[in-house]
Amino acid sequence: MNVIEVRGLDVSYGKNESTNHVVRSLDFDVRAGETLGIVGESGCGKSTVLRCLAGLESGWGGSIHVDGKPVSWRRTRDELRRMQLVFQDPFGSLHPRHRIGRTIAEPLRCMGQEASDQTVRAALIQVGLPAEFAHRFPHELSGGQRQRVAIARALILAPEILLLDEPTSALDVSVQAEVLNLLADKKAEEKLTYVLVSHDLSVISHMCDRILVMKDGIFVDEFAPGVIATGAAHHNYARHLIEASFF
Amino acid sequence: MNAAEPTLDIRNLRVTYARGIVAAVDGIDLQLAGGRLGIVGESGSGKSTVGRAIMRLLSSSARVEADRMMFAGMDLARLGERALRQLRGKQMALIMQDPRYSLNPVLTIGAQVAEAAHLHLGLRGKAAQQAGAEMLARVRIQNVARVTGLYPHQISGGMGQRVMIAMMLIARPRLVIADEPTSALDVSVRAEVLELLDSLVREQGSSLILISHDIRMVAAFCDEVAVMYRGRVVEKLAQLENAAHPYTRGLLAALPDPKHPVARLATLDRALLSQLETSR
Ligand SMILES: Nc1ncnc2c1ncn2[C@@H]1O[C@H](COP(=O)(O)OP(=O)(O)O)[C@@H](O)[C@H]1O
Ligand SMILES: Nc1ncnc2c1ncn2[C@@H]1O[C@H](COP(=O)(O)OP(=O)(O)O)[C@@H](O)[C@H]1O
Ligand SMILES: [Mg+2]
Ligand SMILES: [Mg+2]
Repeated sequence: MNVIEVRGLDVSYGKNESTNHVVRSLDFDVRAGETLGIVGESGCGKSTVLRCLAGLESGWGGSIHVDGKPVSWRRTRDELRRMQLVFQDPFGSLHPRHRIGRTIAEPLRCMGQEASDQTVRAALIQVGLPAEFAHRFPHELSGGQRQRVAIARALILAPEILLLDEPTSALDVSVQAEVLNLLADKKAEEKLTYVLVSHDLSVISHMCDRILVMKDGIFVDEFAPGVIATGAAHHNYARHLIEASFF
Repeated sequence: MNAAEPTLDIRNLRVTYARGIVAAVDGIDLQLAGGRLGIVGESGSGKSTVGRAIMRLLSSSARVEADRMMFAGMDLARLGERALRQLRGKQMALIMQDPRYSLNPVLTIGAQVAEAAHLHLGLRGKAAQQAGAEMLARVRIQNVARVTGLYPHQISGGMGQRVMIAMMLIARPRLVIADEPTSALDVSVRAEVLELLDSLVREQGSSLILISHDIRMVAAFCDEVAVMYRGRVVEKLAQLENAAHPYTRGLLAALPDPKHPVARLATLDRALLSQLETSR
């Protein structure tokens, strides 16, 4: 079953001669319970696709269906709740002068819901952080801890889908391993669906059931992670990317 | 200079920053006579500090101590600022993560390579420009005529690294220190930049110190890899398979590897590592 169906998704920035056609009539589905990976180099349009799904972009063309229902540029609260976005740089996405507890409770308040201390404590504990971190500021946490906070905040509204935009690209490999394990645990516990975007093919192939290769606003290839090890035939660009990633 | 003398001979280097309580670099030894040495480790382990200490580029508030700090028969610790300026660029060169910060922002690429040709080859005017353009072509920059007219902020990171390498082809330094030279580049550009760096080092018989957090890349590229953890070199390896220290083994196990898929990634045993630290 598909939880997301995208048809003819099209995004351009700028007008007239300076138009930048960033996403070019994409069709793709996200199946319930899978982790779909999108891999590609910087500027190919990965983040733009995620922002369209999350409801952070307007002006896109084509259609997006979530659970069979069309969603538009403007989203209802419930539509926003179901899909949460986690960014690469947790430092940039956490308010520097708000305590962690307030940051985590923010989405609940936006939805007009009650955010008790108990809820915040539970949210921290479920991502493996001490409940006392609620009183700290972002700069008092390490990069990996900040990304755990971002994940806790994304999970607090009990979404069905997490959109992960380079969630470990700013982290050391040992911390990356911890965060990827946490994401795998949460997915199993909460029966989530993931769309994971990264330029790092080894992260993508570790996490994903299916991999789409993006270049200049279109998908040029799709394969299963096992294919990388066996080296079966791909589109030229995908092969180049694989060769360049693993020497 | 004695032929058997190493290009670089560093013994017991220690660096403490003014505000630092612990040493950022805590007693490391490096010897290099031609060839390629890699320095790997996670962020904060002290890699960049080592590179900058060798270049003598640390600010005066950083305390640098060493039992020995020799480069090409010269005592780095005793050289004055003038001598150091001569050394840098001519005999030793630093390539950083974002080349656009190393290039002069108000000069065109063409003017900068021509300047290098003037400085190192004694060429002037048209001849200097010509030599610069040739080097740009050698690092496989397409459309050299257009690129020479651009300013550093107008070029991509990959092109910037190629310009840096072109300038070194002119200067022919004995030692190149490359600090995360490919980390800001797209995957498909990285290989080419490394290849260029490789041919530069081989052709000129220079020594290279390649600093990176990417242990697999460094191991594939270098003859020897020094693994840094909290300011110390915990082991030096010719091959990753020989890794014996729990830190190195932990780092390797934490890397996802499509050829050996696992359900869960191994994580560092931080408790064990700090136990090793304290019992040292
Ligand atoms: N808000 C915006 N306004 C104008 N151009 C944008 C905007 N966001 C992204 N772009 C451009 O769209 C292209 C794709 O960007 P992005 O989706 O961020 O790529 P990726 O995430 O794959 O690196 C880039 O050329 C980028 O400069
Ligand atoms: N200018 C500085 N002032 C004070 N501390 C610094 C400075 N530069 C680096 N450090 C500290 O020194 C340690 C080593 O840093 P660095 O050499 O940059 O590590 P790496 O390059 O391995 O990431 C870190 O703890 C870092 O915070
Ligand atoms: Mg992006
Ligand atoms: Mg560094």
